[in-house]
Amino acid sequence: MWKYANPTFFLTLVDRVLPWLAAATAALMAAGLYMTFFVAPADYQQGDAVRIMYIHVPSAWLSMFCYMTMAASALGTLVWRHPLADAAQKAAAPLGAAFTFVCLVTGSLWGKPMWGTWWVWDARLTSVLVLFLIYLGLIALWQTIEEPGKAARAAAILTLVGVVNIPIIKFSVDWWNTLHQPASVFRAGGPTIAPSMLWPLLVMALAFTLLFISLHLMATRNEILRRRLHRLTMLAANAADGGQADLRFADMEV
Amino acid sequence: MTRALAALFLRDLRLARRIGGGGSMGVVFFLIMVTIVPFAIGPDLNLLGRIGPAILWIGALLATLLGLDRLFQADHEDGSLDLLRMADTPLELIVLVKCAAHWTATGLPLALAAPVFGVMLAMEPQALAGVTLSLLAGTPALTFLGAMGAALTATLRRGGLLMAILVLPMAVPVLIFGVSAAAAASDAVASFGTPFMILCALTLLSAVGAPFAAAAALRSLGE
Repeated sequence: MWKYANPTFFLTLVDRVLPWLAAATAALMAAGLYMTFFVAPADYQQGDAVRIMYIHVPSAWLSMFCYMTMAASALGTLVWRHPLADAAQKAAAPLGAAFTFVCLVTGSLWGKPMWGTWWVWDARLTSVLVLFLIYLGLIALWQTIEEPGKAARAAAILTLVGVVNIPIIKFSVDWWNTLHQPASVFRAGGPTIAPSMLWPLLVMALAFTLLFISLHLMATRNEILRRRLHRLTMLAANAADGGQADLRFADMEV
Repeated sequence: MTRALAALFLRDLRLARRIGGGGSMGVVFFLIMVTIVPFAIGPDLNLLGRIGPAILWIGALLATLLGLDRLFQADHEDGSLDLLRMADTPLELIVLVKCAAHWTATGLPLALAAPVFGVMLAMEPQALAGVTLSLLAGTPALTFLGAMGAALTATLRRGGLLMAILVLPMAVPVLIFGVSAAAAASDAVASFGTPFMILCALTLLSAVGAPFAAAAALRSLGE
């Protein structure tokens, strides 16, 4: 496992894997979107608006999956102080915020014709909004603390504290009487969705997961390269300066 | 160790009393919050009485938050935070004691002032008792959660706004159960006990968890 955590090895691995991953993402996304719009039947009550679900549900899953990825990286930061975990953590925050945003917006678009309102303050919607706010707070924290190592540890602590929200989101529909419908795919006793709708949903979910993994690998790679560039700039500045500059920060990075 | 912690508690109380920005300023801010709400929504006493608990809770939340940004920052600036960090006493306990002192200096006055300000909002005596009890039980949770944010932003020059962004989402559950307990006190049907117990649970939980997170943040940021 430690071999893969070596940043240089990670970079070569990403270069090798990414084309395949991107191709698979594109193919699955195309198939999923085709199924969404042409294969999946319209709902007998909701009509064509049900197709929003094929975007909404995968992005909701991914918003939580991304947070758990970030929390795992946060453990890597705090326990092993690994720079790759720092980069993975930083790369995941904007992605998670984007997925959560898509989830909120599509839910709102679906809610207007179905519930008759853009927004209700029920437990599921509110807890997802809190997740979005936590993502934004994390991004703000990353931007405010200049030194990457410190920023990573501060963000890791906040991320781990925020994990409390994930089970609240998951079980909010069971604990409280919400307008949002309860779980219908991953539940005891099997899914309650018709197979003709379940399959497109699962394909879209897989496509979204692959999209997240590809984007996350790319963003992590960019972060590593950004830090290397920063370090090289510092070294060059130091050489030009006659070796007097303070290289403490530069050495700590990848 | 107990003596060191007691000394720290007294020191923080003394600092809060002698330096501005302590308890009295929080209460003044609280009063101003209560004053501007009727200007914003109109002086309808029925409406004010109904949303009174919510106004008092939001006021207490913001007043607590505003006072918290100096919790570790002042110690960081004059170097005493480094001494505290290197002391034999566990940093988690130090954070706990600092939170307790801070709550005594700011949170407690807020809770005690709440019934007086509640009268201005035309609240019933039962509702006043409910909101005071819920604030007494709930404001420690706000202090502990805020301490986490204060620790994360202690070394930043302008950490106040960032701290609010970090802490407010985490404070949502406390606000929900605090307001529902306060509102249930004047309601014949709703039970006061259930939300109040959950509120107490949140306070106890944050008292246990937050000092560890805050201490971890102080350690990692101080390196």
